[in-house]
Amino acid sequence: MSGERKVRLLVGKVGLDGHDRGAKIIARALRDAGFEVIYTGLHQTPEMVVATALQEDVDGIGLSLLSGAHNTIFPKILRLLAEKTDPDIVVFGGGIIPDEDIPALKRAGVRQIFTPGASTQDVVEWVKTNVPPRRR
Amino acid sequence: MKPKNGGRTSTVTTRTRRDWEENTLGHALGKKPERKKEFTTVSNLPIERLYALEDLKGWDPAGKLGFPGEPPFTRGVHPTMYRGRLWTMRQFAGFGTAEDTNKRFHYLLEHGQTGLSVAFDLPTLMGRDSDDPLAEGEVGREGVAIDTLADMEVLFKGIPLDKVSTSMTINAPAAVVLAMYLAVAEKQGVPLEKLEGTVQNDILKEYIAQKEWIYPPVPSLRIITDMVAFCAERVPKWNTISISGYHIREAGSTAAQELAFTLADGIGYVQSCVDAGLDVDVFAPRFSFFFNSHNDFFEEVAKLRAARRVWCALMRDRFHAKSPRSWMLRTHVQTAGCSLTAQQPINNVVRVTLQALAAVLGGTQSLHTNALDETLALPTENSARIALRTQQIIAEESGVVNTVDPLAGSYFVEALTDRLELMAWDYIHRIDQMGGIVPAIEQGFPQREIAEAAYLYQRQVDAGEKIVVGVNRYSEGDNMKAPTLKIGAEVEPGQVARLETVRQRREKDRHAKVLKRLEHTARTKENLMPAILDAVRAYASVGEICDTLKTVFGAYREGRVQL
Repeated sequence: MSGERKVRLLVGKVGLDGHDRGAKIIARALRDAGFEVIYTGLHQTPEMVVATALQEDVDGIGLSLLSGAHNTIFPKILRLLAEKTDPDIVVFGGGIIPDEDIPALKRAGVRQIFTPGASTQDVVEWVKTNVPPRRR
Repeated sequence: MKPKNGGRTSTVTTRTRRDWEENTLGHALGKKPERKKEFTTVSNLPIERLYALEDLKGWDPAGKLGFPGEPPFTRGVHPTMYRGRLWTMRQFAGFGTAEDTNKRFHYLLEHGQTGLSVAFDLPTLMGRDSDDPLAEGEVGREGVAIDTLADMEVLFKGIPLDKVSTSMTINAPAAVVLAMYLAVAEKQGVPLEKLEGTVQNDILKEYIAQKEWIYPPVPSLRIITDMVAFCAERVPKWNTISISGYHIREAGSTAAQELAFTLADGIGYVQSCVDAGLDVDVFAPRFSFFFNSHNDFFEEVAKLRAARRVWCALMRDRFHAKSPRSWMLRTHVQTAGCSLTAQQPINNVVRVTLQALAAVLGGTQSLHTNALDETLALPTENSARIALRTQQIIAEESGVVNTVDPLAGSYFVEALTDRLELMAWDYIHRIDQMGGIVPAIEQGFPQREIAEAAYLYQRQVDAGEKIVVGVNRYSEGDNMKAPTLKIGAEVEPGQVARLETVRQRREKDRHAKVLKRLEHTARTKENLMPAILDAVRAYASVGEICDTLKTVFGAYREGRVQL
């Protein structure tokens, strides 16, 4: 292995929410931008997402949530990550998330939230700047 | 009758299109080119500069249009359309607990709404109880939480079920929820044959687009055919399947894909019921449709007109239905949630108005208009009222209801209707060649086509090739804040506690016995509905009933998703 390792990302859908258009578009846009992307598929539990993230040794986790369960699911994932690993994995997300919920999510450790209308370039640019390959 | 001015008008009519193109148009283009090289619909269908008589070459008005209330129903399913009766204004509502939603129902009925429409929360839609681990954080969020008959009794408290028509947006566990509705009617003393309403009950589009499934496709279709057979006999006015393109469009499809995959799903249900030995003319008139109405005005009008024409041909020529009622595509329409923007949300009222107008000019039988704040959260009372008022203004003030199918005969609308019809047939034939919609779904065909279209559209928006006002153009200005409806944190523990109380109070022996009988019935070829009804009457929960069936039918898992 030589040169800088590609940034690896996990794009995930947690809970019962089946709206996967956004998650798939973002996953594909990130892949087209040169990242290694793993998409979890639907109906994952927070435990499953964290297990996959560790197994796949990712640098960032992007979660798409449109069901209104963001205030439950993000903190749970962050807690599980903190318990199981060094907290270097960058967690970000997007979906239908009201502005007034964002400050609390950020305080809990979610690094960025993209709301409806964000472009794929916005997400790609943000990931390029904010998700470095972790030291191994 | 001879024209009064003899032959003089002929000097005008003999001017050909070529004359116009070479002279008037050429001159204009020479001075100033058009704004874009290509004009396309929101679905990327190319649109010509001008449509004229020659675009309808060989077009036969009798075959393509007919008359309203007659095949092929292009002009609508009723002879008088909105002159006889306006469409049903049906606003989808449901949130929090059954008690909260019941209050909203009473409010909507008092404000002139004519039908109820129930939104269920995700755990209910997935056949899971409120205390299921995967339900955490989702109870009562996107709709009302229903665990047992006790919740359903509260949901319809004070609403006589023989006086309203109720649409329930539920799919994988539709048989269970319908059984609960029937049980409430029994308790109110309303005979089942008087009940009017719809269950969505369209599982095929779940695999394609909405992804709220429980069992694999084949047993899911068995449950659906059982329900269709049961209702044909016992609940004859109930609309047993609402074959839905809405979610296909929301998942990012084009208009043509929405049309084609929805009709292909319809073929799947009809075939499945025919294969089960049911008479097509008994069940087909109770199938209805549910389409999206998106931003591209004429494309949406053409889509609805084409849908009626194709369905008529399918039912008459492929399934040999004898009754014209079986040939009619009756539809509900909802304006496109995915077209609304979180930015400058008041603008959404304008989008919804245009989309609703397209649905009306397309001849819909009922309509839900989205509230302006729906990209942010569930609608508030105020925004839900504006959405209903939008329909009332179209119905009472705009005058578009005064005549039947007012856009018929427009060169453009007829050419576009024909084009969408052709595109639908093309997809239908491809799906036929795959062995029908179930194998097509198992191969991921519609899913891939939709994902491709969704990605292309997003790239076009990102590149500024498709304009979204307030998002990638005209984004300066106030992001008017709309107040959003909050679901209290107490809803989930409250619902879990209520479920626990029901579990404590119900007759345990009876409960165990009905679930056992249900499992046994699932292993036979007997109709499942009576066993499901017995289970809900014994206060078995949605999750318990679905889990029981899962032990026989298995659980569906999506194959690997190709990015």
